[in-house]
Amino acid sequence: MILALDPLFLDDIGLSIVLIALLKVGLAFVIVLVSVMFMVWFERKVVSDMQHRIGPNIAGPWGLFQTLADGLKLLMKEDLVPDRSHRFVFKLAPFLAIVPAFLTFSIIPIGGNFESKDGAIDLWGHDTFLQVADPPVGILLFLAMSSIAVYGVMLAGWSSGSKYPLLGSVRASAQMVSYEAALALSIAAIVLQTGSLSTHDMVVDQATGGFGGFIPNWNLITTGFIPFVIFLIAGTAELNRPPFDLVEAEQELVGGFHTEYSSFRFALFFLAEYLNTITMSAIIVTVFLGGPSGPVLIEQIDWVWGIVWFLTKLFVFLFSFVWFRATLPRFRYDQLMDLGWKILIPLSLGWFLFLGALDIGNDRGWDSGIVVAVTVVVGTAAGGLLMAAVRTARSERLSQEVDSHG
Amino acid sequence: MSEVIVFLFAAAIILIGAIGVVASRNPVHSALFLVQTLLGVAVLFILQDAHFLAAVQIMVYAGAIVILFLFVIMLLGIDKTEDLEVEPIAGQKPLAAVLGAALLGVGLTVVLVAADGVTGARQPTGVGERALDNGASDVERLGRVLFSEYAIAFEITAALLTIAVIGAVVLTRRVASDDLLPDPEPASFELPPLAPMIDEEEH
Repeated sequence: MILALDPLFLDDIGLSIVLIALLKVGLAFVIVLVSVMFMVWFERKVVSDMQHRIGPNIAGPWGLFQTLADGLKLLMKEDLVPDRSHRFVFKLAPFLAIVPAFLTFSIIPIGGNFESKDGAIDLWGHDTFLQVADPPVGILLFLAMSSIAVYGVMLAGWSSGSKYPLLGSVRASAQMVSYEAALALSIAAIVLQTGSLSTHDMVVDQATGGFGGFIPNWNLITTGFIPFVIFLIAGTAELNRPPFDLVEAEQELVGGFHTEYSSFRFALFFLAEYLNTITMSAIIVTVFLGGPSGPVLIEQIDWVWGIVWFLTKLFVFLFSFVWFRATLPRFRYDQLMDLGWKILIPLSLGWFLFLGALDIGNDRGWDSGIVVAVTVVVGTAAGGLLMAAVRTARSERLSQEVDSHG
Repeated sequence: MSEVIVFLFAAAIILIGAIGVVASRNPVHSALFLVQTLLGVAVLFILQDAHFLAAVQIMVYAGAIVILFLFVIMLLGIDKTEDLEVEPIAGQKPLAAVLGAALLGVGLTVVLVAADGVTGARQPTGVGERALDNGASDVERLGRVLFSEYAIAFEITAALLTIAVIGAVVLTRRVASDDLLPDPEPASFELPPLAPMIDEEEH
């Protein structure tokens, strides 16, 4: 078992250690805010490029300060509280959305020397991990926070006292709760692979080994791509981003759950949305692509390389999320629920069982060819039964409707 | 010392939440107070080094069950202030008081009187092999016990939950008989009135 404990806290805790911990928290806060600013600008710029527009180009070089200008403008707008709203809950909801988004970022390792020092770096004579916290529950914190984030959306819609926000929030919470299951099941496959819940252990596990010396030992490959694909789809749905953005389908719901919000409170929702996008990309990188692990090219500045690899991988997913938005049309609500419940959840569960069977097979010395063959047979039978059940239910429902309506 | 401070804060949060659940007149507020209580209990779990229980507490109770409560409250439009004077079951209030007092008595008896009561020890003081080893994380220990000693109970619970889900689906299925289905051609095309989202009396 890999011991999950930040070496920073191994010795007696003195002033310098407390200061380092505080510095890490402060830095994480700044990094998150700056990256949100960047992400908003980046998304607008890339989408406009894909649509043959120029996009923001006035504020600062290449329009880089557009987000800052928008943020200042938002702060100076009138702060509206609708007459029919539940005032306290209405004011509470944006904070319920933003706090989980911030907390999730604390478990992400954003750097470190994973080649020779197990992810630790030297800060003023103290070895430490480049992540705010490495709790024993690790990745479960991410799942817990994404289930807490539903409250912000749900209460915002309910407390607005208006029908479009309510419909939007009911849609959003149903969607988030449904896709959480697929998200958790694909993470379970990773936990099975790593043997630990800690995000740091996951990165350490992926940093060593590998196939043939040049293919990295990423969970993306060792768990066989399926959990990654499921996680990416479920993650996009969890973020309520296109093509799963029915929550704020403008043609149907005006602005979704935050229709009635303005000024600072709207800014908080906006911030939470982009924060979640960045955190979700970072979680994907950590869990599937080895996080900040990678070769240390120059030994003297070993702390740089972790950050460089992390940012490079992160950027790929940030771009993909923008790319999805610019390319894919929105799903219909029943298609969304069908995809979640009838495809992603059974598939991720089946794949998890398959990986478990392989694991036990290795322990017991079973022939892995036979394990695969049995899994294929059982999986096909189960999938066939499920599809038959779905089809029977649908045809029965249709025939009933035809009967009753003449 | 720090443990006592954290405990006091968490206990205050839990108690305020618990009182709020009972005392608030709006079901949504009650549900929110319930979340507050659950989060406080999660803090207590972390204080006792039961990290996994804390995470599960938040994921299952706060993240799924109370969300479901809120869903039902919001969808059914029963988010109105309740009149606490009405008693659906006669004698409900005194009965609740008696039962509450009895429960408190039992709890206090276990804590204060029983020989094998609360010892204050951080680790379970099992005997010999049963003593949970200190090296393993709580997730590992829980998993080991759950899938070896209590494997049958675990599987039976899983089956029970599955049966409950299937039962719920069967109960909510629409019956294919004509008199239970809505009129195929309504007399007029008026939409049903929207449920008022917020109690009118408040404004």
